[in-house]
Amino acid sequence: MPRVAAMTGNNAVAESMRQINPDVVAAYPITPQTELSEEFAEFVANGKVDTEYVTVESEHSAMSACIGASAAGSRVLTATSSAGFALMWEMLPIASGTRTPVIMTVVNRAFSAPINIHCSHDDTMGGRDAGWIQLYSENSQEAYDNMIQAVRIGEDMSVRLPVMVAMDGFIISHAVERLELLDDESVKKFIGPYQSVNPLLDTKKPVTYGALALQDYYMESKWQQSAALLNSKAKILEVAAEYKKLTGRSYGLFENYKLDDAEVAIVIINSAAGVAKMVVDELREKGIKAGVLQPRVYRPFPHEEIREALKNIKAIAIMDRTDAFGAGGTPTFTEVTSALYGLTNPPKVINYVYGLGGRDIRVEDIHGVYQRLTEIAKTGKTGKMFEYLGVRK
Amino acid sequence: MTDVTEIRWHARGGQGTMLAARTLARAAINQGKYAQGMPEFGPERMGAPIRAYNRVSDENFSLYCAVVNPRVVVVLDPTLIGPVDVIDGLTKDGVVIVNTAESPEKMKEKLNIENGKVFTVDATGISIKELGRPMPNTPILGALIKTVPLITLDALLDDIKHTFSEKFSPKVVEANINAIKKGYNEVKGAN
Amino acid sequence: MKKLKSAREIPIGTAIEDAGCSREYHTGSWRNFRPIHDKEKCVNCLTCWIYCPDGCVQVKDGKVVEFDLKYCKGCGICAEECPAKGKAITMVPEEKKE
Repeated sequence: MPRVAAMTGNNAVAESMRQINPDVVAAYPITPQTELSEEFAEFVANGKVDTEYVTVESEHSAMSACIGASAAGSRVLTATSSAGFALMWEMLPIASGTRTPVIMTVVNRAFSAPINIHCSHDDTMGGRDAGWIQLYSENSQEAYDNMIQAVRIGEDMSVRLPVMVAMDGFIISHAVERLELLDDESVKKFIGPYQSVNPLLDTKKPVTYGALALQDYYMESKWQQSAALLNSKAKILEVAAEYKKLTGRSYGLFENYKLDDAEVAIVIINSAAGVAKMVVDELREKGIKAGVLQPRVYRPFPHEEIREALKNIKAIAIMDRTDAFGAGGTPTFTEVTSALYGLTNPPKVINYVYGLGGRDIRVEDIHGVYQRLTEIAKTGKTGKMFEYLGVRK
Repeated sequence: MTDVTEIRWHARGGQGTMLAARTLARAAINQGKYAQGMPEFGPERMGAPIRAYNRVSDENFSLYCAVVNPRVVVVLDPTLIGPVDVIDGLTKDGVVIVNTAESPEKMKEKLNIENGKVFTVDATGISIKELGRPMPNTPILGALIKTVPLITLDALLDDIKHTFSEKFSPKVVEANINAIKKGYNEVKGAN
Repeated sequence: MKKLKSAREIPIGTAIEDAGCSREYHTGSWRNFRPIHDKEKCVNCLTCWIYCPDGCVQVKDGKVVEFDLKYCKGCGICAEECPAKGKAITMVPEEKKE
């Protein structure tokens, strides 16, 4: 039986971690993830889980310990934010390269400088090409659900890749809201026991992890990893279908919110997508055919499916809570436009950077974007393609 | 559009606002409602002006942004009136609840509002009496749910009993419950 | 040349599943100087055994028996470190062996 709970995003993820009951957690607290790692440490101290909690001296060590523990043959979870994520950077491709399915929550926070503790997607967007599966979450419920699914996805024998689950710092991590939790037994049954591949602790079958592979084998190793990530899409959908049976909540590669007959649409990730969907409801009441495409699975990026969902839209705003300085648009912009490439009559596209460092994104801001899109749809004139939303210039 | 009651809290760091907003959200959720309770974190320390928000509804909603047009404003520290525009964006049928020993009429004048109702409660006085220190967050919660009946008093007290018991001694829990009841009973209003 | 495996054939994560597989890698092929051991001069102090980076000095009953040329890269550390009078180990160019 599901139980309704009132929790912050951090509480919800900590609760999912308790239910997953991993063998090892190696984590280092950092705002806004601190509450999460503290709460889990409390579970360990109170004997609520069987986890070995490794109190490391930095995030670089946290990820190193996670990779080592995973290679040893254990189910491993961790969590971080912003600068902590950046300090893990060296180890992120090692987790994916050694195919150790570490599951990590990233509570999105802006990069310095200037110092800021609030939400930008700089961390996970920066690490999008580290070879990890990336799942984004609108709210506490999605973060909780993604965590449980992530275990199944990453550990699957056809995948064997680390997974990061992102949620917005403060906006979600520190806000109490309503969510439904599974009971412990259902989670245990859903994720199943951990199955190791080449565990280092198996002394009867000694193996080597992280050995040298040069001109003769490095490319084969990377192709194998690339194929595993691309092929994980099917498994992600399979796990989502099974999860729906259990919870009634459906997850896909992205959420298609009223796109089918839409003329204008916004592509937007995480909590701000919630605001956009509320605005769409308002616009629909006024007869404006608006929709939202909310990516959930960012790696592997579902190009074909997104192209299919967006191909008949007249004007699209692709919005990111990060900038890819000096690039031809923000990360999601370049992904989505490359998905649309080759269409004979492609939608008009514009690109916004919004909400950096926790800048509030409000109902009226989103209304403004749809207004501009409606104008573009009418006139066919795009105007300036790249903009910082609401910035004082 | 989904009918959502939006609340904005004005206080100073250290007055327990975050706890109050989260408690209200939790109690509402436990009563089968959809609710949010979130602080607005800035660089604030003890004493700095802060804000927190609540949203409560019978239906699901996904507004992950600050409250700009509150139907309810709770002022935990009356010295903020003036330096902070506490009634900014208040809806026409809005309600303002102020922690003060002064009369609601006088407060209405001070706030300079024409539309909307003003309620006052001496939450600081109550907390000093009940808790022995100025923690106006729980008594003003009592006043809030009396004036804006989002949840019942019993629901709030149940939640306080349950969650406060995890962190505080029975004596402190009891004192907070008394403080809430007093806040509930002593709030005064002016139309 | 040994046929290289394909991406589908190698273990996932490029783990090495055969323990001790470095034994199959005969580094002796790298050698262009080989150590020649003079049993007469040798004092069996085992300094060469300590220093040899490839563990090529074969010892039996506390005495140096031979050098494992399958793995000896010919680095010459053994000859350099040998304290015996007149040196018990000399490095001889490979092409001049026999």
